[in-house]
Amino acid sequence: MDFSIILENLNVYFDGLQNTLILVSVSLIVGLIFAIPLAVLRTSKNIVINGPIWAFTYFFRGTPLLVQMFLIYYGTGQFDFIKDSFFWIFFKEAYFCALFAFSLNTCAYTTEIIRGAIENTPHGEVEAAKAAGMSMLLRIRRIILPSAFRRALPSYGNEIIFMLHGSSLASVITIIDITGAARKINSTYYSPYEAFLTAAVFYLCITFLIIWLVKRLEYSWSGHLRRD
Amino acid sequence: MNNKQTALSVVDLYKSFGQVEVLKGISMTANKGDVISILGSSGSGKSTLLRCINFLEMPNSGKIIVNGEEILVETNRKGISKPRDIKQVERIRTKLAMVFQQFNLWSHMTILENVIEAPIHVLKIPKAEAIEMGKNYLDKVGIKEKLDAYPVQLSGGQQQRAAIARALAMEPEVMLFDEPTSALDPELVGEVLQVIKKLAQEGRTMIVVTHEMGFARDVSSRVIFLHNGQIEEDGSPAKVFENPTSARFKEFIAATG
Repeated sequence: MDFSIILENLNVYFDGLQNTLILVSVSLIVGLIFAIPLAVLRTSKNIVINGPIWAFTYFFRGTPLLVQMFLIYYGTGQFDFIKDSFFWIFFKEAYFCALFAFSLNTCAYTTEIIRGAIENTPHGEVEAAKAAGMSMLLRIRRIILPSAFRRALPSYGNEIIFMLHGSSLASVITIIDITGAARKINSTYYSPYEAFLTAAVFYLCITFLIIWLVKRLEYSWSGHLRRD
Repeated sequence: MNNKQTALSVVDLYKSFGQVEVLKGISMTANKGDVISILGSSGSGKSTLLRCINFLEMPNSGKIIVNGEEILVETNRKGISKPRDIKQVERIRTKLAMVFQQFNLWSHMTILENVIEAPIHVLKIPKAEAIEMGKNYLDKVGIKEKLDAYPVQLSGGQQQRAAIARALAMEPEVMLFDEPTSALDPELVGEVLQVIKKLAQEGRTMIVVTHEMGFARDVSSRVIFLHNGQIEEDGSPAKVFENPTSARFKEFIAATG
């Protein structure tokens, strides 16, 4: 084993790290922004409203992320109306396609996480809000969502980690993320063990950081559960 | 306070859940300053009546009139009635504060936040003013020192007193109590009843669904006994407890002491 090649090429990994962090954080933010209203609408009893959202989450949770990414990256180029449209300047870019696929995927999972948390809001607390004259929007904003976010946080912490690990698939469509960096080093020096072990260490460190941050947030959000 | 003014009228109220008819034509009036105890065995419809007054349950037919304003209802083609204007219902609900059996405090907020939430966001009272008022009401129910605690850190009796402070902070026309002591341990019932009694003596208009016969007898100005969705007995405590006209109310008193 020769880790000197890793040390000499650490900058490749740090470039990869940067891409991984951008891909993961941007897709998580975009996914979360869309997931909140979708989760609220998903709890609607009106099938015209919740049906399409159900279909969306069902598709993106029911198919592999890699297949979704291939459909968007390779698939869109098959249609002339996309290639001829303004949107092609985005869809011809691997980076954009990965971001697009990741955002849709995490949005689908996050929608279901938040929906579950919303549905578990104590019924009496919602009634108390109604009885106090709160409108539906005010109840959602002040009572239901703040309560739901607290319940959703542990599951959402897992979703962040899944997204981090899922982002390694970006390397399949030419993006140099952490895994992409490892593949590059491996193909240059043919030392798979060193190359991928280094990638694993990077992922491990980020995962620990995520777990620590989520735990801290959980603690500061859970004062209402501590009896001391 | 003028005792002749009508605060709340319920006119010929009907409510069914599926095939089960729970309320069968209830009419009652609460004047300002009235403390009305609603008694009845379980299944008599007393909680449903209270929940129909602020439209937490939608009545099938009948009228609710609060401070002279009737809650407008329309019936759709399927024959299901619903409020004509939900904004009106929301506005009237602010005048009908409710205290629940299970307290229903908002668990992610501190006690003070619970009390000032609706005054700030529904009544649009400035925050500083709401905090001042909230502290006063918490003081009044005797838990001012708990204002930064979360509901889970309080005993049941303290939680219910916080819920009463939350209701008071709306400065409502009528307070609705839905079995406020039924979920409490026996030794905590007294502290909550004391608070409700104090409010009654201040001349607040209150409708109290309760199992506490002592409270009904000693504190309320009127007692209504419901049986099978109808009013069986209605009058001053002295009258209904001394000379009940309904045989079922006699049995009820005998059974509950």
